[in-house]
Amino acid sequence: MERIPILRMGDLLLVTIQVDMHDRLAMTLQDDLTERIVRDNAKGVLIDISALDLVDSFIGRMISNTAAMARVLDARTVVVGMQPAVAITLVELGLTLHGVKTALNVEKGMALLGKNLN
Amino acid sequence: MSTATDPAVGFETELVERHGRLRVDRVHLPLRGDEDVVGLRKQVRERAVAIGLSLVDQTKLITAASELARNTLKYGGGGEAYLDKLADGLRQGVGIVFIDAGPGIPDVDMALRDGYTTGGGLGLGLGGSKRLVDEFDIDTRPGEGTAIAVVKWKR
Repeated sequence: MERIPILRMGDLLLVTIQVDMHDRLAMTLQDDLTERIVRDNAKGVLIDISALDLVDSFIGRMISNTAAMARVLDARTVVVGMQPAVAITLVELGLTLHGVKTALNVEKGMALLGKNLN
Repeated sequence: MSTATDPAVGFETELVERHGRLRVDRVHLPLRGDEDVVGLRKQVRERAVAIGLSLVDQTKLITAASELARNTLKYGGGGEAYLDKLADGLRQGVGIVFIDAGPGIPDVDMALRDGYTTGGGLGLGLGGSKRLVDEFDIDTRPGEGTAIAVVKWKR
């Protein structure tokens, strides 16, 4: 089955979404991430969406849910690299990504997670 | 579901009709599963790029198309999408018509409100999509189905 790879770096999990996800793939990623947080004892999750040219309500909900589940499991989530056109569209659509921390790029996202972990 | 006949014929909203007059090209995309939504997004992107929509307008149109295609699958039990290239004089646009033979939407005004959902979603699909396009028209009939037509014009 098609899956989005999750990399582990210390106590962080890194995900780079590089394909246009259909809904089941997005759900699988959400489940996989939640499982890996527990299995790898991760403290932070960094999701890079710089290659995504669309975040609709389904993907937005997947991101919000993942962040909420991570929080319950004592891990922080940062979403990085959102394209400006995607941000404009998200807001107009009415999606606020409630409770999700964001950063402009991977470096800033890592810094944000590092700060939260100390 | 009668997929053998052209379900577009059954619906005659003002916008669908106007689409017909301004249409220079049409692609039919069946919506049967998740992967079809991804395929539709790709096709819409190609059309939007071809007529020179700005990146923001491309993104808005594709996002709206994604929401509406998902509605067609989730509430309509699958259906058809028609991707049109439109020309109104010198003005060019991309039009998409979504048609399903599902149960219809009982209260359209309610369904267009943010936060209203019967499917456990976020309730942003219909109202949100309307905000992302230049023209939005809906024709829904209880027990017969729903047709939604949207247009994004090149500025």
